[in-house]
Amino acid sequence: MSPAIGATLNRVDGRFKVRGESRYSAEVQVTNLTHAVVVNSKIASGRISAIDTSEAERAAGVLAVLTHRNMGRVATVPRLLPSLAGLAAPGQSFFPMQDESIHYGGQPIAVVVADTIERADHAATLIRVEYETTPATTLLDQDRDRAYVPERIFGGLLPGQNSRGDVAKALAAAEVCVQATYRFAPNHHNPIEPSASTAVWDDVDRLTIYDSTQGPNSVQLTVAELLGLPPISIRVVSHAVGGSFGSKAMVWHHPTLVALAARHVGRPVRLALTREQMFTSCGHREEQEQQITIGAAADGRISALRHHKYSLTSRFDDWAEPSLQSAAVAYTNPNYEGVYHLVRGNTITPTFMRAPGEASGMFALECAMDELAERVGVDPLELRMRNVSDTDPSSGNPWSSSGLRECYQRAAELFGWHDRDPQPRSRREGQWLVGTGMASALYPVTQPVNPQRAKARLYNDGTAVVEAGVSEFGTGVFTAMTQVAADALGLPPERVRFVGGSSDLPNITAAVGSAGTSAVGSAVHVTVCELRDQLIRRAVADDHSPLHGADPARVQVRDGKMVLSDRPDVGETYADLLHRTMTPDVEVLGTWNPPPQDAGYGIHTFGAQMAEVVVDAELGVVRVRRMVGVFAPGRVLNRKLAHSQLMGGMLWGLGQALLEATRMDPRLGRWANSSLADYLVPVNADAPDVVVDTIEQHDDVVNPIGIKGVGEIGVVGAAAAIANAVHHATGRRMYELPITLEKLL
Amino acid sequence: MRPISYSRVSDVGTAIGTVAADPTSAFLAGGTNQVDLLRIYVEQPRRLVDINDLPLKQVEELPGGGLRLGGLARMSDVAEHPTVRRRYPMVSESLVLGASPQLRHMASVAGNLMQRTRCTYFRDTEVACNKRSPGTGCSAMEGVNRGHAVLGTSECCIATHPSDLGVALMALDAVVQTESPAGQRSIPIDDFYLLPGKTPEREHPLSHGELVTGIDLPPLPVAAHSRYIKIRDRESYEFALAAVAVAMSVVDGRITEIRLALGGVATKPWRARAAEAALDGAPATTDSFTRAAEAELATAVPHGMNAFKIELAKRTIVRALTEMTQREGSA
Ligand SMILES: Cc1cc2nc3c(=O)[nH]c(=O)nc-3n(C[C@H](O)[C@H](O)[C@H](O)COP(=O)(O)OP(=O)(O)OC[C@H]3O[C@@H](n4cnc5c(N)ncnc54)[C@H](O)[C@@H]3O)c2cc1C
Ligand code: SF4
Repeated sequence: MSPAIGATLNRVDGRFKVRGESRYSAEVQVTNLTHAVVVNSKIASGRISAIDTSEAERAAGVLAVLTHRNMGRVATVPRLLPSLAGLAAPGQSFFPMQDESIHYGGQPIAVVVADTIERADHAATLIRVEYETTPATTLLDQDRDRAYVPERIFGGLLPGQNSRGDVAKALAAAEVCVQATYRFAPNHHNPIEPSASTAVWDDVDRLTIYDSTQGPNSVQLTVAELLGLPPISIRVVSHAVGGSFGSKAMVWHHPTLVALAARHVGRPVRLALTREQMFTSCGHREEQEQQITIGAAADGRISALRHHKYSLTSRFDDWAEPSLQSAAVAYTNPNYEGVYHLVRGNTITPTFMRAPGEASGMFALECAMDELAERVGVDPLELRMRNVSDTDPSSGNPWSSSGLRECYQRAAELFGWHDRDPQPRSRREGQWLVGTGMASALYPVTQPVNPQRAKARLYNDGTAVVEAGVSEFGTGVFTAMTQVAADALGLPPERVRFVGGSSDLPNITAAVGSAGTSAVGSAVHVTVCELRDQLIRRAVADDHSPLHGADPARVQVRDGKMVLSDRPDVGETYADLLHRTMTPDVEVLGTWNPPPQDAGYGIHTFGAQMAEVVVDAELGVVRVRRMVGVFAPGRVLNRKLAHSQLMGGMLWGLGQALLEATRMDPRLGRWANSSLADYLVPVNADAPDVVVDTIEQHDDVVNPIGIKGVGEIGVVGAAAAIANAVHHATGRRMYELPITLEKLL
Repeated sequence: MRPISYSRVSDVGTAIGTVAADPTSAFLAGGTNQVDLLRIYVEQPRRLVDINDLPLKQVEELPGGGLRLGGLARMSDVAEHPTVRRRYPMVSESLVLGASPQLRHMASVAGNLMQRTRCTYFRDTEVACNKRSPGTGCSAMEGVNRGHAVLGTSECCIATHPSDLGVALMALDAVVQTESPAGQRSIPIDDFYLLPGKTPEREHPLSHGELVTGIDLPPLPVAAHSRYIKIRDRESYEFALAAVAVAMSVVDGRITEIRLALGGVATKPWRARAAEAALDGAPATTDSFTRAAEAELATAVPHGMNAFKIELAKRTIVRALTEMTQREGSA
């Protein structure tokens, strides 16, 4: 039998997507539907001094115009908590439209509900708002003097600073020091599907929300808390989600606003955010600066790392993406100091964005490592090899599994790294300067805090349905779960159906931090194994079964059949057993308890990135020719899905390196390029030749299926490899992302 | 969206008559710019007159050797037209390097010439913009203006003209054919685009309801030796940071004929006359090219983030001329 796991099973939802049959949250068919349009604040700080809605109210088709004066009140002020905790997960500790105050540009100030979207949209333009404006901070440099070190960041999950050893002393004693400052433009997620919610009240205490989210349960719990209703009153359905990259990881205002609006008008209401609103409604990667100092011996061995980050957060929360955590443990370094500095600004609270923290923090570290390699005259790859740590430097614990050295070696082979002439600006082809660069990739394995559940039912025809409350936002999780279940039950994948996307299903924490597949996968695995074991126990206990009296431990499942391990001709199918015993089905609710956070191991995913770029010697244009990424994500459930995720991640890194920047106009306190024509992401023509490979690692610490996640690690290090390649091509160091051509003119 | 009436017409007379009679109406061609602006309330027509059925889609030979592009010819059809590719490669290249395949299948060449600027403040009805709301001021002057113009600007407006096709047409001295209730007109392309001056809202000399029926490319042997190069952040689907349309002939190492226009850096498709003057009769060397580029950009005015465009434009000119010379040399 060839196990389903690892096989390149095509996506189970592929056919529906290609044929346009998947129903997204703004497409569900609901009778009596009405449409909401949100009006956003045009100022970044101040208050609404007057708001005239009379003309909008009189416009054709309008059912309601809600402002802070008549919008329902929320039962509690939300408190930001990352959705990984499995509890209510508001994206920021603020809920709009409760009073006249304005804290950031784009803050919702009115909701118009009408019978058609066009009429709602038109009426929204008829609202007249007068503001009293107060000075706003929207750039880091405007208020840098007021930076503070927060007690904790990231919704309280991480400390604001961290240290070990004596950095000052070690740096003073270091033979070589590399010091550099890196600046990062703010970034936005820009999934192809803007967020949407449709709210349907079936009764005063029965609400269904169709929502585009990474976690139906987080939405359920958050909206329940805000509306002051018990969770049993609220069902959240997420049939299909068109990408997220973190923009749908936390619960923002729209599902609650649409629920309040639907209650107000007494009809179902749909709210689909516009592309422009996606720039102010779901968080972003914050503008930031990172200062890094590496101290090393003459042979490049690192003795100390100091890493400080300055970034802009909101008025409500001490948020910084955790840029320091992977860089802190990437290499052996006995002396370490990492500090977050925050500046309060007039912005929505920033949020997770694909490889939150690592994408920027590892950029800084890996560019500085490239400088160190140059300074000590060691090949960049060799420098990393010399500094590989076999234990987690922050705790001294062993890694649950690593594979980093193998990743370096494999990447070097695939890329042809070893022929490299280290001299910058040494290769030219016509107008093009050619360079190569590399970087390490690290991403922490986050574990859900709470038990993860799934349900599995096997019917007497030998087909199985498996359920869990996870949503499919493009990662392929429904496909991977089909494989996990098929594998453990010994069924071909076509006989298994995975159902997710609803808060009514067994509880799964929002799929964040690349932990989605491992959390639900572990729950599914535990559950279907229990189901299989029950079936085997029934068979061996049944006198009419050919397996009667056998030791259950010696029974295997394959091709829908339970057989003796050493005599595969002896056995029977699930169907035979259930028919004979007149059993319609067997069902199991299973629970996976994640290991405690401190299980005595460092748990990280590792990888290596290499890139070749060409830089136009006169015009400064940078194009990436090829990328190689090799990663060690534990076990690979589905090669095709995993490689697509990793490749997509690497192209994200390309976007981060060369294109992506949201530009703030500080005079207006608003983004100046909130459209996909102006916020540039890579297009197909930018995609280089990308080679992805994986080094499978056995890891029985991380979870029962041994996977560490592939959703984000592909991003990490890609931008640094490109920036280092730009240096190799041109001899110029890049300290600011994105690397646009004016920096190379 | 505001209530809008829509009608589809099939003859030029009705199209012109309908739009000319109603100041709140507008022609609708491919809609790739019009519908965009309408959705964000930058343009607020009450009546759209769909002109896609007008018989203006052909590319035809003109007596005397020129070529006429029908106003409603699709960007993709013109780009692929064998005669255009053979006799006016820069026209084909300027089209292929613009927008995306989907947009090029929808969009017409007249619509391309008529498209509005991509200045993000122009597209944001909440902020000051002299082009959108005359007299309110220019938000771009001291704002996010990396994409803005350094040539042809005024104290009222620094918006870049976005058309790539227009740049190639400028180099060729194309002629825009129009028709209105007052009759037919032929407008040299240079006159078809107005500098912003004190009236940035006025971009063309057309009267309301005047239809672009065609674009005439003059008979011009040198145009067969032409090219369009476009510099931008990403490889496709983006407007130019700098672009150059060049047609050139070199005899015995000397430039005997030169046509040069710039895109992405000016408030209208920009004929580089100063550079042409410097190049005419000059030796085809990097030295001449550099001097010509300097001459053309001598009057350029930077505005903060876009300052790099001056150097970029110069280098792009040198690049385009160098490549043309190499190509000519090897031909
Ligand atoms: C994302 C994006 C990227 C783009 N990139 C580029 C690029 O790189 N380079 C480039 O050159 N262009 C680019 N474009 C612009 C695109 O080429 C234009 O939108 C298109 O050419 C407009 O043609 P249309 O037929 O769709 O015009 P419409 O949108 O229908 O009309 C545009 C305007 O012209 C008027 N009009 C149309 N036809 C006539 C006529 N015959 N006579 C008089 N007035 C008329 C309309 O009333 C309207 O005001 C891009 C557009 C988008 C959306
Ligand atoms: S540059 Fe022109 S279009 Fe842009 S804001 Fe200024 S006036 Fe308006």
